[in-house]
Amino acid sequence: MSYDVPVAPGDKPQDVQFGGATDHGFPLWEVFVRAKRGLSHTHVGSIHAPDSETAIQNARDGYTRRAEGVSVWVVPSMEIVASDDAESMFEPFEDKPYRHPTFYEIPEEVGQL
Amino acid sequence: MDASSAPASGQETFDAVVAADDKIEPRDWMPDGYRKTVIRQMAQHAHSEVIGMQPEANWITRAPTLLRKQILIAKVQDEAGHGLYLYSATETLGVSRDELQHLLHTGKQKYSSIFNYPTLSWADMGAIGWLVEGAAIVNQIVLQGTSYGPYSRAMVKICKEESFHARQGYSIMMALSQGSDEQRAMCQDSLDRWWWPALMMFGPHDADSAHTAESMDWKIKRKTNDELRQMFIDQTVPQAHYLGMTIPDPELAYDEETGHWNIGPIDWDEFWATVKGDGRLNRERITHKVKAWEEGKWVRDAATAYAAKHETKLDKSA
Repeated sequence: MSYDVPVAPGDKPQDVQFGGATDHGFPLWEVFVRAKRGLSHTHVGSIHAPDSETAIQNARDGYTRRAEGVSVWVVPSMEIVASDDAESMFEPFEDKPYRHPTFYEIPEEVGQL
Repeated sequence: MDASSAPASGQETFDAVVAADDKIEPRDWMPDGYRKTVIRQMAQHAHSEVIGMQPEANWITRAPTLLRKQILIAKVQDEAGHGLYLYSATETLGVSRDELQHLLHTGKQKYSSIFNYPTLSWADMGAIGWLVEGAAIVNQIVLQGTSYGPYSRAMVKICKEESFHARQGYSIMMALSQGSDEQRAMCQDSLDRWWWPALMMFGPHDADSAHTAESMDWKIKRKTNDELRQMFIDQTVPQAHYLGMTIPDPELAYDEETGHWNIGPIDWDEFWATVKGDGRLNRERITHKVKAWEEGKWVRDAATAYAAKHETKLDKSA
């Protein structure tokens, strides 16, 4: 099926204006799930909830209905500090190939190294 | 600094990422049209999941066995979850969930018109799972490759769950098709009513589809409406034959040369009438959605009050 909004021949696609909602809802939380013992918690998505207790409950219902995890973390989205993802931030890695083991050629006779 | 080392413009980076089949992420620069198209499509998709709970919820209390009832409840719960993943993905583009819901409630954004058809018999739970979910899966599997990262990730998660939906639907149809004459008639009647609407779910033919070319360039869509529709037809016709049912299309024929099933003409007048709101249930679906939201207000208020009280207590004890 298509989730495109169908536009009838001759009609113009509707340009939706935002800003009409009066209800501002519950705060947003980021959800992290540990799939099984021995693995880290991994970001799986977000949910809305009024408090941390309900956030955990909603995260369980939303993201672990089929045994996807054994542990859940929730973090208020506002508390996440993100990097500036511009190239300059990660550039230094590109020109330092000697930090990788594949940079060094070792003769086969030397064996596993 | 010479020209070759000048930082790439937003547009250049965007084009390169899309060309490399990489994903666009929320904080990346993106053309305004791309942002609008992704929001429009994800919102329509999210609204469809949420409104899609209604035709099936209609049969929960009348499921023929306790197991079928448990299965149907689990499926409807999944739809709520799918709506949630998609709203979350849409929110990454800076639109709040309340905003999206407001647009749905006021009719400014729409949902798939397949949900404006009534569910008249238990067999419709089978037909919806098999045909409507089947069509959704064909589309969503391809959408895993969409260029917007959060949308793609939501699709991966949803696809894992959809296969249960399609299989439980086909299992209902199998049970009916192997039952009494009356049950077989129910099964056929349901296929008769859902076949064409399911094919229309893929949207207008490519030549009449306003967004297709642009969405394909941006890799928001990865296959056209007609390509996806054909994939669905080819996989579904043999499944109908296995049930011993007849597809309600006298012109349906297998083309030995192409290996595809060819269908008769689609009634687009009915499609546009349903999209534009003349479907039997358009008004009822939204009225019900708004009512549920309003009747749940006291729960949201209580939860907010509890959270505020709890926070004050924590502050005092600190």
